[in-house]
Amino acid sequence: MEHTGAWILLESLRREGVEILFGYPGGAVIDIYDELPNHPAIRHVLVRHEQGAVHAADGYARASGKVGACLVTSGPGATNTVTGLATAHCDSIPLVVVTGQVPTKLIGNDAFQEVDIVGITRPCTKHNFLVKDVRRLARTIREAFYIARSGRPGPVLVDLPKDVVQAVAEFVWPEEISLRSYNPSYKPHPNQLRKTVELLDNASRPLMLAGGGVVLSNASEPFTELARRLSIPVTATLMGLGAFPATDDLWFGMVGMHGTFAANMGLNSTDVLLCVGGRFDDRVTGKLSAFAPKAKIVHIDIDPTSIRKNVEVQVPLVGDCRLSLEGLLEICAVKCADRDWKAKHAAWVAEMAQWKLEKPLTFHEGKAIKPQQVIRTINELTGGDAIISTEVGQHQMWTAQFYDFLAPRNLLTSGGLGTMGYGFPAAIGAQFAFPDRKVVVIAGDGSLQMNIQELATAVSNRLPIKVVILNNRHLGMVRQWQELFYERRYVSTNMEAQPDFVKLAEAFGAEGYRIEAPDQLRPVLAKALASPATTFVDVRVEREENVYPIVPAGAALDEMLLV
Amino acid sequence: MQRHVISVLVENSPGVLSRVAGLFSGRGFNIHSLNVAPSHEEGVSHMTITTFGDSSIIEQIMKQLHKIVPVLKVVEYEETPAVEREMMFLKVQADGPNRGEILRTVEVFRCKVVDVGHNEMTIEATGNHEKLEAIIALFQRFGIKELARTGSLAMKRSKKQID
Repeated sequence: MEHTGAWILLESLRREGVEILFGYPGGAVIDIYDELPNHPAIRHVLVRHEQGAVHAADGYARASGKVGACLVTSGPGATNTVTGLATAHCDSIPLVVVTGQVPTKLIGNDAFQEVDIVGITRPCTKHNFLVKDVRRLARTIREAFYIARSGRPGPVLVDLPKDVVQAVAEFVWPEEISLRSYNPSYKPHPNQLRKTVELLDNASRPLMLAGGGVVLSNASEPFTELARRLSIPVTATLMGLGAFPATDDLWFGMVGMHGTFAANMGLNSTDVLLCVGGRFDDRVTGKLSAFAPKAKIVHIDIDPTSIRKNVEVQVPLVGDCRLSLEGLLEICAVKCADRDWKAKHAAWVAEMAQWKLEKPLTFHEGKAIKPQQVIRTINELTGGDAIISTEVGQHQMWTAQFYDFLAPRNLLTSGGLGTMGYGFPAAIGAQFAFPDRKVVVIAGDGSLQMNIQELATAVSNRLPIKVVILNNRHLGMVRQWQELFYERRYVSTNMEAQPDFVKLAEAFGAEGYRIEAPDQLRPVLAKALASPATTFVDVRVEREENVYPIVPAGAALDEMLLV
Repeated sequence: MQRHVISVLVENSPGVLSRVAGLFSGRGFNIHSLNVAPSHEEGVSHMTITTFGDSSIIEQIMKQLHKIVPVLKVVEYEETPAVEREMMFLKVQADGPNRGEILRTVEVFRCKVVDVGHNEMTIEATGNHEKLEAIIALFQRFGIKELARTGSLAMKRSKKQID
């Protein structure tokens, strides 16, 4: 029996496991929307801006580990997805974004709502497709999901001209999928695993660094097991937070520009660094020539291009993080069964602990509410068990520093691209993935305004998302840089003109609270967290608080400015 | 910075050339020449790219090329012995008194005259990169009016011994 392209698309999405489709209709996709009611397995969520759709799908993917899916129209609908795609691309998040396109015979004619979205998104997707023949549609969707979720995951865009959606064809679903030119390798090389164990066995000051790859490959269990069994101190990148429980004695906090003193000093002193699923971003390494100067480096990554891109390594290990860590555990169990690792690394762990004790993450309490205090209170009230989504800026770094992430996939944050406006729509996606879990957005007043229109999406779907605004009426991070590095020349960072967030929430049909004094913090936050409604909490915090430690851009990790 | 020649086998899907070219421009690698045409296998094209860079840049280029979904194979001809040729057309000023010397030069370099006009000649030359550079240098004094080069083509040499 023959089906329309619209039917084939939706049936293919269902077969790929899509339950939630974030989208926004328009002329080029109206046939797909017309078909949607006939596919009850797929729930469509109408966002208020296409960027919100992609971030929501991204938040859904990060929280659940599944592929996020979006549907938008051609032209501006498609270009509005670009920031979301680039965000997901930087952080290796599996998405499939379907864009409408003008009919094939009009492509290239500057038709109404036509853009070359395949050309535009080539550098910010893992791969993209233009489907010109309805008979290729099912296979293309299959390939898109396969590419998005396999190897180093990433976003894939499928551009669908309107006539292809309207055309009919037999539905042929390829059960098996393989691409001749695309075969990601998962299995680590046994020799490299052996070399790694040898290095670790001979190390006196080993350090483990978790990157986002540990979360993406669900490798947090073997990662934690290896660190504990070998008694190795642990740090993480922003994307790796939650890969190792923050309450463990071997945990020393995040590394890098806003990393802890202990983590950065640890990197400075370690003799063997085991980096798992990180890519040595400049925010992590600081000045490259001074990065981990005494260390032999083992780098586990599924993407060969990540290895030796920024940092020279002694043992490159291309493979899946989970399989690699399991391999290391097996070899350790056989070859080093008799080692007393705890005794061997006791002095080193004690040295790290001393750094942590001497220069802990801290802040000075005062009359005004300190933003760090807000994060600590949220941490206590949620028991570290919430899904925390952040926007980008100071509040993001304070969250990374002061919230105790106990499990992977509990932090949704735009790490690589640093997309303001990410956090709120991402939380919407996460709440759809886990309707019963507590989802809290920690936002800055600047970032939140970038996608605040999604409040309508949250309210109309009765999502109990909590948005806690660390409101300093500044673009705080840029203001901080202007203060520290631009001789206090404050330009365009004052945001005093802003909406009344409480009234704004109420205008959308959400709840709004305002907190202006430290003693209101706990009771009002507790009340807001218990509410079944979409809720904004406008916390008026100290206006000129800075994030410390900070390693100035381009400086070495031990050149931190402390509180 | 050393010159490197890279062969890339790609699936002949739409946009594959811009994926490759976009990789070079987007990551700040430079392309000295790029040649692309169908290979002997249906649906597969062979690209030859010449580029400049130190070994770590070439390593990144190779890995990044390989990461492009429709790329099948990437070979760099530093370690691997290869034959390399490039072809060019060269239109030179050829007034009466110069013609003899131009023809002698054409002969020495085993070039061909493919077109003759009132006061210019078009010469076809084939050779490796260095040879073509030498030919261009020699013809410079006659006055080069136009030049078109294909960019290098390369292919791995066959084994000369039986292992």
